[in-house]
Amino acid sequence: MEATIALAGNPNSGKTTLFNALTGARQHVGNYPGVTVEKKQGTYSENRLKFTIVDLPGTYSLTAYSLEEVVARDFLLNEKPGVVVNIVDAANLERNLYLTLQFMEMGIPVCIALNMMDVAKTRGIEIDIKKLSTLLGIPVVPTVARSGKGKKALMETVSEHIRDIKFTPLLISYGEDIDGALNRIEEKIIAANFLTDKYPSRWTALKYLEKDEQVLKAGNEANPVLSKEIKHDVLNVSDHLKKTLDTYPEAIIADQRYGYINSILKQGVVRHQKDQSRLHLSDKIDKVVTNRFLGPIIMLAVLMGLYKFTFTYSELPVGWVESCLGWISGIAEAHMPEGLLKSLIISGIIDGVGGVLGFAPLIMFMFFGISILEDSGYLARVAFMLDRVFSFFGLHGSSVMAFIVSGGIAGGCAVPGVMATRTLKSRRERLATLLTVPFMNCGAKLPVFALLTAAFFAENEAKVMFIITLIAWLGALLVAKLLRVTIIKGESTPFVMELPPYRLPTFRGLLIHTWERTWQYIKKAGTIIVGISIILWALMVFPGLPETETISYEQKRQAVIASIPAKIISELEAVEEDTELSEAANIFKDRLFEVDAQEAEAALRNSVAGRLGTALESITRLAGFDWRTNIALVGGFAAKEVVVSTLGTAYSLGEVDPEEIGSLSEALPKAPGWRPLTALSLIIFTIFYAPCFVAVVCIAREAGSWKWGAFSMVFNTALAFGLSVIVFQIGSLLGY
Amino acid sequence: MPKIKMRQMESNQSGTISAVKAGGELGRRLRDMGLLPGSDITIQGRAPLKDPVALRIKGFTLTLRNNEAEFIEVEVN
Repeated sequence: MEATIALAGNPNSGKTTLFNALTGARQHVGNYPGVTVEKKQGTYSENRLKFTIVDLPGTYSLTAYSLEEVVARDFLLNEKPGVVVNIVDAANLERNLYLTLQFMEMGIPVCIALNMMDVAKTRGIEIDIKKLSTLLGIPVVPTVARSGKGKKALMETVSEHIRDIKFTPLLISYGEDIDGALNRIEEKIIAANFLTDKYPSRWTALKYLEKDEQVLKAGNEANPVLSKEIKHDVLNVSDHLKKTLDTYPEAIIADQRYGYINSILKQGVVRHQKDQSRLHLSDKIDKVVTNRFLGPIIMLAVLMGLYKFTFTYSELPVGWVESCLGWISGIAEAHMPEGLLKSLIISGIIDGVGGVLGFAPLIMFMFFGISILEDSGYLARVAFMLDRVFSFFGLHGSSVMAFIVSGGIAGGCAVPGVMATRTLKSRRERLATLLTVPFMNCGAKLPVFALLTAAFFAENEAKVMFIITLIAWLGALLVAKLLRVTIIKGESTPFVMELPPYRLPTFRGLLIHTWERTWQYIKKAGTIIVGISIILWALMVFPGLPETETISYEQKRQAVIASIPAKIISELEAVEEDTELSEAANIFKDRLFEVDAQEAEAALRNSVAGRLGTALESITRLAGFDWRTNIALVGGFAAKEVVVSTLGTAYSLGEVDPEEIGSLSEALPKAPGWRPLTALSLIIFTIFYAPCFVAVVCIAREAGSWKWGAFSMVFNTALAFGLSVIVFQIGSLLGY
Repeated sequence: MPKIKMRQMESNQSGTISAVKAGGELGRRLRDMGLLPGSDITIQGRAPLKDPVALRIKGFTLTLRNNEAEFIEVEVN
């Protein structure tokens, strides 16, 4: 038997664990069309059964308010799965059944997987499964998703259910007023065939009474006249209820749903063996973990731990990736003839692939760490403790993760940081977080800061780094506030969040989760990133030097070679790498290097990026930047540490390794136009300007639109430039 | 029994919700989570910065911002 079944249930009910238990590794993740909500799909096969299982987003209800709810609802209404397997937390029956009831009102065949039977038992909750099933009129199968217990029985029941039962919507009495209105509206709906191709008629009527935006909109489009008439009917009931009972139809409907659930539970379905006011283990942990004094300290330690975990342990695999790619480019270096193709392969393609894969271990470790915090329930506590601070800036308590990972503790990375915003469920807060995390000081900005502080503020290095971190945080939070009162304005999404009981995450769940996210990044973001890397390479290389100049540099080189005594030439040719050269030989080698470096500088200046940098010089002078700095900043769009190496090329020092900045930090203070104020202005600019393009690609993907990727480039650069100009101009006026 | 706003309740104080005066999205979210007139609640505590508030309802723990708790009227025991 083949069929599609949907898994649905409250967040924290063990839905994803059950999905993993049923499908194992036979699953893949995509997105629902047009939105950034994840769509997980997998297959279950056992003997004659072959089910496609879709894991719907976890929701508490089926209103049209949150994206998750809309997605879940649309899937059920449009795709019409054979059965909805509704995972219900046995230890939390009442609230979980609220969602179950809404499925039944829609007229969808439901089968309950009564999960966490073990937890319920330890809490002294006894459930009469047979009675629950009879009273609800739907099958109920006990499961323990963590151990996979009950999954076979569940699938057997599902297969019978698909065959046997013809389903009709559940009719609940919502009281005289509502019922009367429902009946009248439903009659009109049936008579006019209003939306009946999309929704069950009584459900449409119910949604009109609940003032469901999505259904109202569909109704207005399908039949504006009738829609208006029904809205008028609803208004009448609303007015009447307001006058007589001081309440709204939505409130009565919710009330009656809970009333219906209670009437079932009270018929001996649930029996409590132990005193319910007793503190559970989870509550005891919370007494310590969210304590006024201990809570923040523990949180700081956990966040530091997550950070260390992500960036320390990923060093090793990042190193492997780097040395592997280094090995490949070494082969290309040795075996390919000099020229554009070689440069394209090494600097464009291999570096681009390195850019993609180099981030992969970071993303992997970050998601592993965050999954532990999320699955264990601690993440909700972090949001709880920090919400006061972040909500002030129009963000959400959960935003802190993304900020920390991005470099809130200097040295993170905005790419995993941007992806970490997935833990945020409220749309506006998430977008504001997405757009401001790149201001944090990621690991790639650090070499730039290190260079500038070493060159200009050598005595106060630690202090300057600390101030840079503060500026980044302050800037990010203020910009978030600014965005939330301008382009992403709107009331803050209600916080109303469950603190789930602490649970030990399953290792399998962690691995599956981590792998999916990482693979998605490599697959989706990867191709775009390699493409942009090639474009950036071309900007820095083309059109190259005119032939006359290339010849003149070649002549200079020949002149140097001609002046080398024969003895030294043979020494230079004979030596292997790493062996110490004689002093005389070094002098000549340096002279040759100097010619190369001058040629590289000239070529860079003549490139598209160079011309752009030169053309912009008249404007960027306001912030104290000359064409060399401009090119370096264009290069920094590829990755921020490229600012250092490009500055090296621009100052004829050859390519400077971002980790060895000695020569450049000595050269900069002597170079014309540079003074401490210039360095400060450049530091400010580096903190705030456009994120590297890998981050931009991720922002666009996570925000669901390239519009936001483009916005982050343009807005951040404009902001950075404005701040730098202010700093530089005021500083200049004050005589610095 | 006196009626006060949930915002003013202290840790470990219990009561029964008498009215939820929020409309729109907040109202619906509150109702979906079972915050309805007649439900029993106990305040579990507050975050270190005194906001949000954590409460026990129907056997689970829910957190609300103070300005959201403002809309809920409770008859305290």
